[in-house]
Amino acid sequence: MKILLTTVLFIILAPVAGGLLSGFDRKISARMQKRVGPSILQPFYDVLKLFQKENVVVNISQNLYAFCFLFFTVFTGVLFFNGADILLIIFSLTLAGIFFVLGGYSTFSPYSFIGSERELLSMVADEPMIILTAVGMYMVTKSFSVADIAAYGTPLFFYIPGVFLGFLFILTIKLKKSPFDLSTSHHAHQELVSGVTTEFSGKPLAWIELAHWYENVFLLGIVYLFFAPVPVIGVAVALLAYFLEIFIDNINARVKWQWMLKSAWGAAIGLGVLNIFILYIVQ
Amino acid sequence: MSYFKKSPWLIHYDGSSCNGCDIEVLACLTPLYDVERFGIVNTGNPKHADILLITGSVNEQNKSVIQNIYDQMPDPKVVVAVGICATSGGIFADCYNVLGGVDKLIPVDVYVPGCAARPEAIIDGVVQGLGVLEEKYKNRKERKKKVNA
Repeated sequence: MKILLTTVLFIILAPVAGGLLSGFDRKISARMQKRVGPSILQPFYDVLKLFQKENVVVNISQNLYAFCFLFFTVFTGVLFFNGADILLIIFSLTLAGIFFVLGGYSTFSPYSFIGSERELLSMVADEPMIILTAVGMYMVTKSFSVADIAAYGTPLFFYIPGVFLGFLFILTIKLKKSPFDLSTSHHAHQELVSGVTTEFSGKPLAWIELAHWYENVFLLGIVYLFFAPVPVIGVAVALLAYFLEIFIDNINARVKWQWMLKSAWGAAIGLGVLNIFILYIVQ
Repeated sequence: MSYFKKSPWLIHYDGSSCNGCDIEVLACLTPLYDVERFGIVNTGNPKHADILLITGSVNEQNKSVIQNIYDQMPDPKVVVAVGICATSGGIFADCYNVLGGVDKLIPVDVYVPGCAARPEAIIDGVVQGLGVLEEKYKNRKERKKKVNA
């Protein structure tokens, strides 16, 4: 019963939270650029409009891939907020990402091909640090279950600050913010049009947008997990992390994928592996 | 209820414009005019766009490009011709390679004359285009109903 309730609450509330986060993102970005910016509810208007637009497809399977991306992202979040195994959660997140990439590849557009390729490279770049986050949490709590990790007495941050910083680094890649918004972006980037989403329109594009909202809520959930014993600080840190990402987005230009790969793996080794190694020695 | 008025995404195509109007279109995105406060996004992708903003006249070189962009846009869509060249061909109307205004090729919904059109006029043109967009959405919905019935 409790699982059902959490699931329903997550499915309803996560897009509301995700859409508002996205709205604040656009508003704060605009203020940083000395503009007025759109309404906080703008992302909701955008998605509702997309549901009313015609859906032009190149290949019918692209609808299926977009839907699977949404479905498995929601599934990831449902598992997470029900306190399931964090390894299964990471597996499900990756599967969702793969469907997104497949969607891009299924459309035969050179722009979405480049976007999909870069999306794969982003996953290659951020995956090691995500796994290390799970390993770090296991090292401290001796459990892979999110429920057990959340119930651990002291905030994990005090044991694995390096892993936390490493996760913050790859959060920029996961949220598709500059300097790592290589695969797709909302801004007009003439270099690859819209990357992975170039050939999506109407309803499937709205699904992809919704999936990103769910994903953002889930990712901030992981940030929260580092401070789970003190919920107030957990939420505050998650929101601060999001603000930091907006700030980074606004002060950086896009980099090449080589630099992304080097720096993300560098962060994973320098922060994640080192932290876990020290923890291992101390224990 | 339709949400087109609240979230118009546009694509800008430069026909054979002298860049005067293009600069004014870009000026709309600057902090001074900031069209994003109306939810307007410059997408650069025809498949995401609701409004096609064309500056400059149609000529033999770009007519297939304009037709292609127009065809790729999902319905409902609106075309706004910005500047006198896009409206009628302007001073280039008599050139041997110029067909004339954009309406020689695709249906234009809003004309924004001027050389160059001022940002205020362009924003006004887009806002008028939103009304047309709304109307087209309603017509499309009714047509769909009739087909289904």
